Formats: sequence, C-alpha cells, structure tokens
Amino acid sequence: MSSLSGRTAVAGIGATEFSKQSGRSELQLAAEAVFAALDDAGLSPSDVDGLVTYTQDVNQEIAVARETGIGDLSFFSRVHYGGGAACGTVLHAAMAVATGAAETVVCYRAFNERSGRRFGQPDARLGGEPSSQGLEMSWHVPYGLMTPAAWVAMFARRYMHAYGATSEDFGRVAVAMRRHAAANPAAWFHKRPITLEEHQASKWIVEPLHLLDCCQESDGAVALVVTSAERARDLRRSPAVIRAAAQGSGAGQMMMTSYYRDDMTGLPEMGVVGRRLWEQAGLGPSDVQTAILYDHFTPFVLTQLEELGFCGRGEARDYVAGGGIEIDGRLPVNPHGGQLGEAYIHGMNGIAEAVRQIRGTSVNQIAGVHNVLVTAGTGVPTSGLILSRD
Amino acid sequence: MTIATDPTLHDRLAALAERQIAAGESVGAVAADPVNVPMIRHWTAAMGDANPVYTDPAAAEASTHGGIVAPPAMIQVWTMPGVNGRARQGATPVDGVLAMLDENGYTGVVATNCEQTYHRYVRPGERLVPATRLTALAGPKKTALGEGYFVTWNVAWYSGEEQVAEMLFRVLKFRPRTRRDRGGGGEPAAGREPYPLRPAVNRDTAFFWEGAARGELRIQRCTACGELRHPPGPVCPSCRSTDRGYAVASGEGEVYSYVVHHNPPVPGRRTPFVVAVVQLPEGVRIVGNVVDCPPSEVGIGMPLRVTYRQMDDDLILPMWAPREP
Repeated sequence: MSSLSGRTAVAGIGATEFSKQSGRSELQLAAEAVFAALDDAGLSPSDVDGLVTYTQDVNQEIAVARETGIGDLSFFSRVHYGGGAACGTVLHAAMAVATGAAETVVCYRAFNERSGRRFGQPDARLGGEPSSQGLEMSWHVPYGLMTPAAWVAMFARRYMHAYGATSEDFGRVAVAMRRHAAANPAAWFHKRPITLEEHQASKWIVEPLHLLDCCQESDGAVALVVTSAERARDLRRSPAVIRAAAQGSGAGQMMMTSYYRDDMTGLPEMGVVGRRLWEQAGLGPSDVQTAILYDHFTPFVLTQLEELGFCGRGEARDYVAGGGIEIDGRLPVNPHGGQLGEAYIHGMNGIAEAVRQIRGTSVNQIAGVHNVLVTAGTGVPTSGLILSRD
Repeated sequence: MTIATDPTLHDRLAALAERQIAAGESVGAVAADPVNVPMIRHWTAAMGDANPVYTDPAAAEASTHGGIVAPPAMIQVWTMPGVNGRARQGATPVDGVLAMLDENGYTGVVATNCEQTYHRYVRPGERLVPATRLTALAGPKKTALGEGYFVTWNVAWYSGEEQVAEMLFRVLKFRPRTRRDRGGGGEPAAGREPYPLRPAVNRDTAFFWEGAARGELRIQRCTACGELRHPPGPVCPSCRSTDRGYAVASGEGEVYSYVVHHNPPVPGRRTPFVVAVVQLPEGVRIVGNVVDCPPSEVGIGMPLRVTYRQMDDDLILPMWAPREP
C-alpha cells in the first residue's frame, strides 16, 4: 500500500477577520475565506473540483460552490465530531488528491460562533433524540452536565487528582497563549496579554475551570487549498507538504464524555492520531520545531503534550512551568496565540498558522521550522497533521 | 415512553396509612380558652344566628337548657390552633400521609365530607381537648380535578373523660392536571413545571429509567456472560450476546471525579450544582448530581449513596448523597 506521506500539500490559506460580530452570513464568510485561500495559492475557482468541511458547518458544499463560482465538483466530503474534524478535512482532501478523486480541494470552516449559535451555551435539545448521540448525551444532560467546559472540567479534576496539577498549571497555558496573541495583529486579543493572577481571579465557569481557561468565542472563517505536492511547487507559494495526516478514535470513545474508560487522565484518541502521525512521517517529537495544539480549554494542552510524547505522563505541568511552550521554549506551542488568544475557528486557524510557520511568514515566526505538528479537537474523535517544508 | 409516578409511592403510602390507622387516636393540645360567651357572640353574629339561648342569660335560663349553651356547630372553633398556633398543636396521625402526598405532586386539596355528631351541648367554662385518628386512605382515583387519594380522619372532642362531639373529615388530595393532560388550552398548568433536561430513551435504555422510577439503580448485565455495563447498549461488547438483563446495584458509590457548575445558567437548574462521575463497587461508573451537601465539601473518593429526585410529574433521576463510610 502506498503511503499518503509527502504526496500532497497545502498550497493556499485564507481567512476573514476574526471578530465577535461579523455582521454577515456564515455563507458569505465561507465564500470570502475560499476566495482568499485561492488568491493566496494563485488559483481560480474553476480550478477547484473538491470541497470538504465539518458536519457541523451550516454551509453546504454546493452553496459555497455556487457563491464562489466553483463549477463541477467530483469530490465532496464532511468530517464529523465537532472540532475534531479540523485536520480531518485536510486528510480527506489529501486522500482525494492522492487517489485522483479530485485535483484541487478546498477545506473550509465558517461560522458566527459568537454572534450566532454559541457552543458554550446549554442546549436542552442535546439529549432529545434517541439517536446514538442523543442516547449518549442522555446519561449526562439530565444532570446539567451539558457544556463543553463542564465536560472538560470532569477530566481536568481527575487529572489534577492523579498528577497533583493545579489551576495555576492550567493558567500558565492561558498566559502563554495570550502572550503569543498579544504580538499577532490578527488575534482578537492582540496587545492584550494576561497575568497568572488575572487568570486566578477570573470567575468560575465550571470548577476547576476559570473563565480564562476557556477559549474565546469567535465569528470568522478559514479556508485551505490542498493539491498535489507536485502541482503545489508550481504555484505562487512554497508548499506546506502534508507529511502525515490521521484521524483517531479510541476504545470506549464518546463525544466529550469518555468517562467510562479505565483511565480518565489521558486522551487515547489523540494517542491513536499521534502514533499514526509519527509512523507515517517517520518522525518523532524531537523533529518538530513548533506545534499547534488544540486549545479550547487549557487542561487538554497538558494532556496532549503527554499523549503525543513531548513529555511523560503527569510531567506536562513542569514542562509548561519551565517555559517549554513559549516562543523561545523547547516546543513553542500555538505561536499565533491559539484559540485562547487568536480566535476560535474550530481549529482551522491553527492549520493556517502551521502553514505560515512552514513558509516562514508568521508574525511570531519560529526559527528553522521544518516540521509542524497540528492537532484538532480534544475530548472528541480527532485528527492531526504533520506539515513539512518541501 | 412516559415515565410514570414513582411506582413505589402507592405501597409506601399504603404502608404508612396502615401504621397510622393502627396507632389509633392521638390527643391534641387542650383548647387555648374555655368555651366562652364573647366567642359565641362573635360567631353567632357572623353566622346571623339570633337564637337567644346562645347569648342571652335570661332567655337561656328560661329555656330547656337552663343556661347558656354553645352552638353545636361551633365545636371545631374551640380547639382551632389560631393563625400562628399550628406548631403548638402538635402532630396528628394525618400529617405524615398528607406530607407524603404533597411531596409527590398531590398538592391539590379539596374537602369532600364533613359529618359532625354532637353527643351533647357544651357550656361556658368547659375546656375541650381534641383527639384525631386516621381512618381511611383510598386511591389513587381518577377525578375531574386530577388523580388523587381520599384521606379520611376522625376528630373527637372531650370534656374531661366525656366525649362531647365527633367529626368525620375527608379530603381529596389530588395532582393538579397539567395543560398537557387537558389537551391544550384552558387555565395555566397548576402542576409542576416540566423539567427541561429530559433523557432520550429507547428500547435499549428504557430499563434504566424504569428502574429509576421504581427506586432501583439498574446496571445492564449480559445474560450470556454476566458482564456488567454502563452506559448500556444492545450488544455485549465481550461476547456479542444480545440477551441482556440487569442487576440492581447496591446503591453505594464514591466520587471518581466531579465538577461544580457555575456558568452559564442551565435550564431547570440552580447554580452552583455538582455533577460527579461515580464509581460503583459493582465495577462500573455512572454520572449524577451530588446533592444534600455543599459543593465545597465534595471531593474525589467521597462515599455516596444513591437517592432519587422527582424532577417533574414524569421524571425521576437517581442522584447521590454523602454516605458515612
């Protein structure tokens, strides 16, 4: 079986501004991001024959195609499980390109997640339908356990108990992300860093999580152009080669509430993704110069560092406290400020930052970047990428 | 599936009623005042009863009574507790039954029967003592007001050792009909607000919720290999058997992890509230609220015992309360 590794590349990235109130429809946001990504790649809508998005996106592929003047589509696909879909869209696009199902695929995510439907608000309908997901939610929603912060807090409490981690350990992640965002003009929190004291003083959302452990809510859109590595070399930008792409789900997997496994301190689904990425890429943790780790809530950044092999179990708090995830640290994490600092575009903005780091064009550029690891939503079936310089 | 009223309620009610009936008469507090003319005068004025035998000493003297007597229908008045006197009155054998009905949604009350028997007239100066016994509990009955129980009791009034009057009193304690029961329209629902956070239930999970409604914590058990599993599902992950039953858990557990929810507000809930992953000694985990305990006292490893909460007319949720280890 031939490997996917190295056969495709991200050739273009595009985004809208990141705001709290876009003032326009989600379809318009999607179209703007798609145009921006195609312009970045030096391609036109007529070059596109595939579209991939999240199952949660409200903009159908055909609607985006109509608005942007993309004609015939030979491939369209959706990836499930919330933010876990982010890198999965690139995997699907890469598979389509590698197999000849399509030549140029655009991945997009567009939403008014702050001014429209806010994911952090309780929705009494979550447990309403006797679908497999509705039934799964029904073991939790009747008890008021129904927000992403609460679902993550349950893991975080057990993690603290097992490894002696504290709220300050989570807070240091938020402080680092806000410090990175402060230097990023595209970030909502540009020039607005926070201190650990401010983190500790922020209100409780769901103990043990403070407000500043939670990512922001954003309006905006991001799109990525995926094509063959060979073709990408002839386009406007230097390619970000897709060295590895993987999805992962673990045994006993649930949506945000995998509380019934033997252990609650890890993210086995991210372990699946990590093992496949390292194997596919022929690389290990010491081979990546920066990582984009999904940061919708701070505790899972610690868990990911452990699950992906950057440090041992329970050691992430020391890794972070020692400055490991700072711009000048052992593994600069989310130089753009992540979803805590830049914007919450369901992980898609992190992939764009990984591409910039490969190109050498980030506002917080890390020196000598050859390989970047990217992860998608945590607590859900997820996905990951390793992008490399050509 | 509709989740019915706690099915153990009827048996618990019947058992309580049986005990109270067997306990017989319970003597209440002695009247605050003896039978007296000023009270009689107010009462007869209010009732428009001008019979002079109740208030005019001379006319009463000349009557067959040979002096003032109290109107027999005033019998209840003499031992009424007064506006603030309920606590002083003490418990009666009826209270427990009425309270259990109230707690289970039978909050409506309407008096249906009041039959008084007067053995003799009482006279000023007599200080009466009431005594109450529960005599019957009947139901549940479907009535125009809603489903309910008829509760019947008997009060006897004593002057010294002598019984001077008695009364049979019967009320219907009913569950006020909701708007849904009435098929829409009509008056606003008088019953409990429907709890907004309802579980989806299907044929694979119904046994659990039916158990909760009966006060049983049911854990799916594979009939073929015996494996316990929660949350449940249609196929045993160990042996592929679809032949499944359940075990009733001991009801003990301990906190494996927990959160305290503060923000944002959750429909149907008052914040802060605690949700825990509870480890059962049977080897499975289950999620539920920790109640009867301040959030600050909850911790990992805390021993718990299951308890049940009626969330609305249809839904009972298993929850967890602190337990002595």
